[in-house]
Amino acid sequence: MIVSLAVLAGVLYACGVYLLLQRTLTRIIIGLVLLGHGANVLLLVAGGRSAAAPFGGAELIGRVSDPLPQALALTAMVITFGVTALLLTLAYRSWQLTANDEVEDDIEDRRLARRAERASEADESPSAADEVLA
Amino acid sequence: MSILVALPVVLPLLAAGLSLILHRHRLAQRILSTVSVSAVLVTAVVLTVLVDHRGPQAARLGDWPATIGVTLVADRFAAMVLSVSAAMVLAVLVYAIGSPMARDTAQHFHPVYLVLTAGVAMSFLTGDLFNLFVGFEVMLTASYVLMTLGADRAQVRAAMSYVVISLVASMLFLTAVALTYAATGTVNMADLASRLTAIDPAVRHALSLLFLVVFGIKAAIFPLFFWLPDSYPTAPTPVTAIFAGLLTKGGVYAIIRTQTLLFPSSGASRLLLTVAAATMLIGVLGAIAQNDVKRILSFHIVSQIGYMIFGLALFSAAGLAATIFYIGHHIVVKTTLFLVAGLIEEREGTAALDRLGGMVRRQPLLAGLFLLSGLSLAGIPPFSGFIAKLTLVQAGVAAGTDVVVAVSLVVSLLTLFSITKIWAGVFWGEPEDAGLQVRPHPSVALPRLMVVPTVALVAISVAIAANAGSLWALSERAAAGLIDTGPYLEAVLR
Repeated sequence: MIVSLAVLAGVLYACGVYLLLQRTLTRIIIGLVLLGHGANVLLLVAGGRSAAAPFGGAELIGRVSDPLPQALALTAMVITFGVTALLLTLAYRSWQLTANDEVEDDIEDRRLARRAERASEADESPSAADEVLA
Repeated sequence: MSILVALPVVLPLLAAGLSLILHRHRLAQRILSTVSVSAVLVTAVVLTVLVDHRGPQAARLGDWPATIGVTLVADRFAAMVLSVSAAMVLAVLVYAIGSPMARDTAQHFHPVYLVLTAGVAMSFLTGDLFNLFVGFEVMLTASYVLMTLGADRAQVRAAMSYVVISLVASMLFLTAVALTYAATGTVNMADLASRLTAIDPAVRHALSLLFLVVFGIKAAIFPLFFWLPDSYPTAPTPVTAIFAGLLTKGGVYAIIRTQTLLFPSSGASRLLLTVAAATMLIGVLGAIAQNDVKRILSFHIVSQIGYMIFGLALFSAAGLAATIFYIGHHIVVKTTLFLVAGLIEEREGTAALDRLGGMVRRQPLLAGLFLLSGLSLAGIPPFSGFIAKLTLVQAGVAAGTDVVVAVSLVVSLLTLFSITKIWAGVFWGEPEDAGLQVRPHPSVALPRLMVVPTVALVAISVAIAANAGSLWALSERAAAGLIDTGPYLEAVLR
């Protein structure tokens, strides 16, 4: 049981990271959701072997599964759910504004890149002039 | 006693709920926010005095035993950082209310701002790794909303990368918590401190690195800082100011807390020293290349984080005390600088250096405020930044880390250079490109509610310099509490 859960967590992490590296916002969001699922499964694995549901008093310790990671996973799920909803809203707003689902470049970055391009063009042109002279 | 520890978290959360109900009554919302944030500030200051006299205080929520339930702990370090932060939250709140563009008219500004306050307080006060995750999430989720209140194109673009990076860090954080639980069977930090020494050193080291990466992204240390200068400047000024002052410091706080409590080291850490030097240098070099006041200041945040990590990396009492003092000074000065940048933008309609000029004649007060806090940031005597950097350099020399000390001094010089660049661009001379200049209603005075908090923050910064002796003594006691964790553990586990 634990091995299959561990493998599942690994697969979820791998798919999540792969999707995260795409340029499309919807894929990035799905990637984050998968990463969150992976982390939650990992939390469950961290609780040790599965056993009966943890209902009852302290005398049951050792015979039931560990309730703490379950509580942690539950909290984490609620948080991931809320943030995913916010992300989807943002992606929708981004689509409304740009009619595009891709991550945009930063404006300042683009400005610097253009400046670098112009600088390299300026470097090349005198060498071209030298060639003509030669 | 324990109720005091819980108040800074509970109070703003309750107020946020009330504020949502009152969303039709702007004045009531404003009064509610101001009163509750002021109450948090008073609580934090009382807590600092109390903790300084009686040692760390813990609150067990729901009266669960410490290792199972959620624990809130206040020691000197947490209470000090919380007090400074609460003062910033209050100042920025007044500034936002006073802003004529009325940043707080966005319908849900007040509730979200209060939730942010609760999240910040929770991150500082928590004694539990998972609760630290929850605190960060509360703080960050509120910050996502605050950043996109305008919902225009630039904000959505910047917020998208900010949210995604933060979420990746959060998922890594959750993974780290799960792995820690798998290795030790607890997430209570005081309990972890003893249990982590018992596990395989390799696993312990891996966990330590994982936490460093997680909090490194949140604190924007090299090489994990790229998101910060892209996302901070696009948000509305009051929001950027509070982010600049508090959010990255949450990451720094978590690095210091975990590295001192969970993974204590006997000597200077070469990894952290390298990271610190690189963060200082790359941050300031980035600042020099920029043209916009808010972007320059954003890169300075990165550079300044390097100094804080430097003090931690020494793992000496003097180094940690210097870091604590530095954090206090930095939160105040950085918030002030962003508020001044906001006033410049408010006045001239832009914060781009090549469109501004000659403001020293038109706005001498603004020029004075900028000069005082800018020189303090660069570390010019007799301002608070000088004392912070001096103590840091002394601790560095004492530990024999001459190279990093040299780097920190060079970076100070470069910081001064880029501050003078802002000074020359904004306050002296004439705009480079007169055609682009925008000057809306030049006769109207600056809104008083925006100026008063800015002046108050500059006064706090001067007061830090004037009372440096007693504050340094407090920082030293706080650092001693981080190195000798006995009283902290006793307060939580008793």
